[in-house]
Amino acid sequence: MLQAKDTKGDALVVMENAGIKRADRWLVRGIDLTVRRGEIVTLIGPNGSGKSTTAKTAIGVLSPDEGKVQRANPLRVGYVPQKVNVDWTMPLTVKRLMELTGKLPGEKLEAALVAAGISHLSGAAVQSLSGGEFQRALLARALAREPDLLVLDEPVQGVDFSGEIALYRLIREIRDRTGCGVLLISHDLHVVMAETDTVVCLNGHICCRGTPESVVASEEYRTLFGSRASELALYRHQHDHTHLVDGRVRLADGTIADSCGHLHDHSHENISDA
Amino acid sequence: MLDDFFVRAMVAGIGIAIIAGPLGCFVVWRRMAYFGDTMAHSALLGVALSFLFDINLTLGVFAVATLASLALLFLQRRGALSTDALLGILSHSTLALGLVMVAFMSWIRIDLMGFLFGDILAVSKSDIGVIFAGGLAVLAVLAYIWRPLLAGTVNPEIAEAEGLRPEAAKLVFMILMAAVIAIAMKIVGILLITSLLIIPAATARRFAPTPEIMAVMASLAGALSVSGGLLASLQFDTPSGPSIVVAALVLFLLSLLRLKMQPAGG
Repeated sequence: MLQAKDTKGDALVVMENAGIKRADRWLVRGIDLTVRRGEIVTLIGPNGSGKSTTAKTAIGVLSPDEGKVQRANPLRVGYVPQKVNVDWTMPLTVKRLMELTGKLPGEKLEAALVAAGISHLSGAAVQSLSGGEFQRALLARALAREPDLLVLDEPVQGVDFSGEIALYRLIREIRDRTGCGVLLISHDLHVVMAETDTVVCLNGHICCRGTPESVVASEEYRTLFGSRASELALYRHQHDHTHLVDGRVRLADGTIADSCGHLHDHSHENISDA
Repeated sequence: MLDDFFVRAMVAGIGIAIIAGPLGCFVVWRRMAYFGDTMAHSALLGVALSFLFDINLTLGVFAVATLASLALLFLQRRGALSTDALLGILSHSTLALGLVMVAFMSWIRIDLMGFLFGDILAVSKSDIGVIFAGGLAVLAVLAYIWRPLLAGTVNPEIAEAEGLRPEAAKLVFMILMAAVIAIAMKIVGILLITSLLIIPAATARRFAPTPEIMAVMASLAGALSVSGGLLASLQFDTPSGPSIVVAALVLFLLSLLRLKMQPAGG
């Protein structure tokens, strides 16, 4: 089960020049994107930039109008869509929701609920959950399947800031433990940045891509996000490393350091290098 | 025993209620009540066409109801009008077409009221055979597509992404609806079939902890409504369809009462 973070495995999804058209308008076009086993890829971009469309195309919910999408076969997908509305007339407990698309062994179901921190809610009706709890339930459901590829469309919506950090930590832990690939959609990237291997910046097409540092530094990113770009860059200083339990620090590039102090001194150089 | 018309109606009606329960749950969950109505209304066009071309009534109704649902799916995809408007157009135009065609066919005596509101006298032994054979087939197919249909009802994208085929399940579900309308038409009548789908499911919602239990309880609530309604219809000489629906309504209202009393009890 244990896979080191830096041994990136086989490609799970490869998109080549993929485009999706609706009513003669291209929603996204020219998308080249690869998600590998053990890798976290984050899609960012403004509203309507085609993030969800790209993710849905990657997992085959939409089929591309041009270009190619190849998926590993077999590919077990765990999907948390942007919006899920369960009609109140359907009696659905969290436990039953977990087995929505396939039966699960009891212990895996339990383990996923514990990992998502909602094991006490397994008998609750999904309609009675708060936004954050429901989001966790959806995440637990996707996790319990032990997917090869976890696709999360804005998984932290309706979750407060501390819950947000906890959710991202959980996603990283799962990746570290199971070695699955993660395709994450976000518009608040200041927390995501730290955990992500590749950031892809979308606006109908791919504006820029790379490590979080290089994307933040890029001209295209600044143009796309305007004044918010600097705000996000500021956050980056706080979150581009992770404090480990033993007091050491994991930097954004995955290396382990004794402290985070020196990184801040050099980060501006990194930006200009990129 | 089946020689008695009332026993035949009772057996047929309970059979239909058992089939309608689980399907009705999906109609409620997917908010397809008006859709079901449209398919049921198109049944009268099916009746008229069956008489015109001298084909089996149940088959004719089944075919036309299926076509109506496929036409709706097609028009929805084209996206020219809202689903609501499309349903309104299809629902009433098929009903009107049926009525006009029946009026033209002066050479046949058609008991229009019987088709619209149900006629317990019309149930034959072979009808019972159709209901139980057809019903068993409908329930078997529904059990087979249960998981993709349920997952697609909660969220079609999750179902699709995780390897199920919710669109195919939805299509099969439409065909099952058409089948139930075709075999239930004689008992409840075209105008009231949807209520036998919806009201027992709504009643069951109050008591069911899972979708599966809700489906079974909807069947039970439906069977109770049919028995009560038919007994009342015999007693008061009222048409069978409306009597069954009134019985279902009474049961639903009682379930609301139980809901109100729950906090005090628990």
